[in-house]
Amino acid sequence: MPEYNWPEAEKRSRIGNRKTRLDGPVKVTGKAEYTYDVKLYGMLYAKMLTCPHAHAKIVSIDISQAEAMEGVKAIRMIQEPGAEIQWADDEIVAVAAETEDIARDALKAIKVEYEVLDHFVDDENKDAAPVVNPAQEEVTGDPDAAFANAAFVSEGFYGARVIAHACLESHGDVAVWDDDEHLTVFASTQAVSSLPGQFADGLGIPAANVRVICQHVGGGFGSKFSADRWGIECARLAKIAGRPVKLMLERDAEIHVAGGRPSSYAKIKTAADKDGNIVGWASESWGTGGPAGTGSPPVPYVWQIPNRRHQHSSIPTNIGPSRAWRAPNHPQACFLTMSALEDLAAKVGMDPLDFVLKNIALTGTRSQNYADELKIGADLIGWKHHWHPRGQAGDGPVKRGLGLALHTWGGRGHQSNCELVIHADSSVEIKLGSQDLGTGTRTVIALVVADTFGLTADDITVRIGDSRYPASGASGGSTTVGGVSSAARRASLVALEQLLGRIAPELEAKPEDLEVINSTIRVKGDHSKSLSWKEATALLGVSTITATGQHPGPGRLDDSGVAGIQMADVSVDTETGVVSINKMVAVQDCGLIIDLMTAESQVHGALIMGIAYSLAEERVMDPVTGTLLNGDMEFYKLPGIGDVGELVVHMMTGPGYDERGVIGLGEPPVVSPGAAISNAVANAIGVRVPYLPLTPDRVLEALGKGGAA
Amino acid sequence: MPKPKQPEQTSSGISRRDFFKSSTVGAVSTALVSGVHGEGSSVEVLGPGEVGIKLNVNGKTRRLRVEPRVTLLDALRSELDVTGAKKVCDRSTCGACTVLLDGKPVYACSVLAVEAQDKQIVTVEGLGTPEKMHPVQKAFVENDAQQCGFCTPGFVVACAAFLEKHPNPDIEDLKKGLGGNLCRCGTYDGIKKAVKQVAAEGGINA
Repeated sequence: MPEYNWPEAEKRSRIGNRKTRLDGPVKVTGKAEYTYDVKLYGMLYAKMLTCPHAHAKIVSIDISQAEAMEGVKAIRMIQEPGAEIQWADDEIVAVAAETEDIARDALKAIKVEYEVLDHFVDDENKDAAPVVNPAQEEVTGDPDAAFANAAFVSEGFYGARVIAHACLESHGDVAVWDDDEHLTVFASTQAVSSLPGQFADGLGIPAANVRVICQHVGGGFGSKFSADRWGIECARLAKIAGRPVKLMLERDAEIHVAGGRPSSYAKIKTAADKDGNIVGWASESWGTGGPAGTGSPPVPYVWQIPNRRHQHSSIPTNIGPSRAWRAPNHPQACFLTMSALEDLAAKVGMDPLDFVLKNIALTGTRSQNYADELKIGADLIGWKHHWHPRGQAGDGPVKRGLGLALHTWGGRGHQSNCELVIHADSSVEIKLGSQDLGTGTRTVIALVVADTFGLTADDITVRIGDSRYPASGASGGSTTVGGVSSAARRASLVALEQLLGRIAPELEAKPEDLEVINSTIRVKGDHSKSLSWKEATALLGVSTITATGQHPGPGRLDDSGVAGIQMADVSVDTETGVVSINKMVAVQDCGLIIDLMTAESQVHGALIMGIAYSLAEERVMDPVTGTLLNGDMEFYKLPGIGDVGELVVHMMTGPGYDERGVIGLGEPPVVSPGAAISNAVANAIGVRVPYLPLTPDRVLEALGKGGAA
Repeated sequence: MPKPKQPEQTSSGISRRDFFKSSTVGAVSTALVSGVHGEGSSVEVLGPGEVGIKLNVNGKTRRLRVEPRVTLLDALRSELDVTGAKKVCDRSTCGACTVLLDGKPVYACSVLAVEAQDKQIVTVEGLGTPEKMHPVQKAFVENDAQQCGFCTPGFVVACAAFLEKHPNPDIEDLKKGLGGNLCRCGTYDGIKKAVKQVAAEGGINA
């Protein structure tokens, strides 16, 4: 059995370098086929009639006119009369027709009568909520005594609004029945291997009869783990019509029902002693993720404050439901915690960088990482040069400020299985039912195999995105890179051992005396004895090498737990309330990095997504009708290329990091931007703007209550 | 076969939003089109049923039948299987459907297919192939200017048109000139680097 580990730094030929992603060329030329692009012979287009009311009971549904329309091939009542609808844009009827326009016309011909019920969408207003579900209060230490004896106490209110996932490729599927019992689904998904079971459950057929394919997915961010009701309905329409059906969500539904991040509001009190040591925390939080309410954000976040009290209330509302949004609950918890602590630092009269470093032991096991990263970040953003005490940003209407935050995440590898084949023509293929969300999954798999075999990533054929390949976990929680790279490494080591065993006699050497380098297999210490990879594999004949790899498995290849810090440099126009980002710095660890290029891209992307939710994004609900007011991309705002400022990414690598093995990276860097930017704005204008996003009206409102204007 | 009278201007054609604004009834007619362009009223009415049209896509003439209400984007994607341009907002906001119409970047979701006749339509597929990439495509790959890749085709086309007009762009040109495309994964940093690289390496015709 081979020894399962990662190569030492000096023996890595591919791992840790900057490699452009393998699917780059097909993506930039429009050749990459997404679910939305799939077109099958005879395919119908489906659309869904949704509920216009935030809370209602269906009284009657009349589909007779729509059924009779030319070009309409199948209709399904998704919900029946009597059903209670809990949010606007919930699906009522699905229609499949020859064209999208005919399907749309058919929806207009369907008559649904509703009994409209009272709704509640004003989630910040806890006192007005019809239902409040309080959780048990959590107490550690003696917060009452800590506050009574504290030299400094800071109190504040903070709130992060509900936002959406807003994937550019909306949720949806193309379903085709191969026969009455066998279904193929092209799905826009983060979970290729787990979807067959979900479709099977919904349709009453064995999972073995369902094949799911997803070669490319246009964004997921945690919202695409489920077959979803519309997926099941798409398959049912296809069965009724006897033809393939494509059902992709409309943009308003994508923003309102196909993904949301719960809101988080909190009243927070913090305490420090006369030297600036943090001694107490007390918080009362509430929020919503739609009708199910939402669990508590983990506050105080990262900081193990010795004396603390926290109580959370879940508020069910008639806002559309939530899904796991990249680093679930962490961005909200980080925003609440780091904002409150920055306000405490201001109260104490300390530079928040000094304040955080002074208290860094409270961050626990990764405190040294944070300290190291804060020093690097401070240099990169020029903290000591640009920082000024809160509100002292000089004259003139535009105020500049700095802010910081820190975060954590797990990121251990998920379960993953793969099969690797070395062919006699020298080609290598590896198959696994994983998916590449744009994170670079294909590329890291290829790099791991290439590094083990002394080849290049382009020599490796990576087959993913099909549930017929060995099952691999869903891409969520930053678990993919650890899972697929560890499984691929194990399979590669097994295959290499077999290959060396087979060709050792040819080189008159023992297998353990052979090494692979630059597409060559040679005898260690006697390089005259060698075979090229092509010559070596040609010896395999028909007995090609097949190896499997699993994760978890023997050896230490992955780990869990990262630390990251971010700093923001912003300018605030106190006349217009507009916040602009001058620069953001991210310093992040993630263990052993397989591909530095796509790793850095993850962090760049997370910074930009963070800027988006800090400055622009929110679901705006109409309290009168209970409906979503900005279910389009004109008013559900995302930053453009000119809105993100200068971004600097520094990855922590080398001794102390690499030997931990591979750790996931997708989530952690999206956690800190909200807090870092909010803190920078407070530093600039001298007053806390309590909400995310920091829209101009909120900045002006905060300035109206004090600050630098 | 009824043939719509083409407006004389070689502008990007009317946007669907303008079209809807001008429209007072559901029926679709080219009279509305000529009205927008201030021409006479002696034009044939198209639709509401399917009409035969010809589109020049990436140098090839393609014949198809569409209802006059069908957008260029839907015609490309659903009728002609040219799926590089993506449907995202469907309302002239995000730029994922950007194509060139007589060399000018337009949102294909907001141009009617019937209006794109007699114009040269170039999609991302017309710029290059994985084997022979356009300089912008090559620079996107080299600077990792794509993640999920769904906004990428529109961005590539927008960048090609932008660099044609601004061979040596400064950052302010870039912010304005590429402000009409949105990315969700956050690839703007790579896109900025890609644009700078193309400019530094001799532009889009290098």
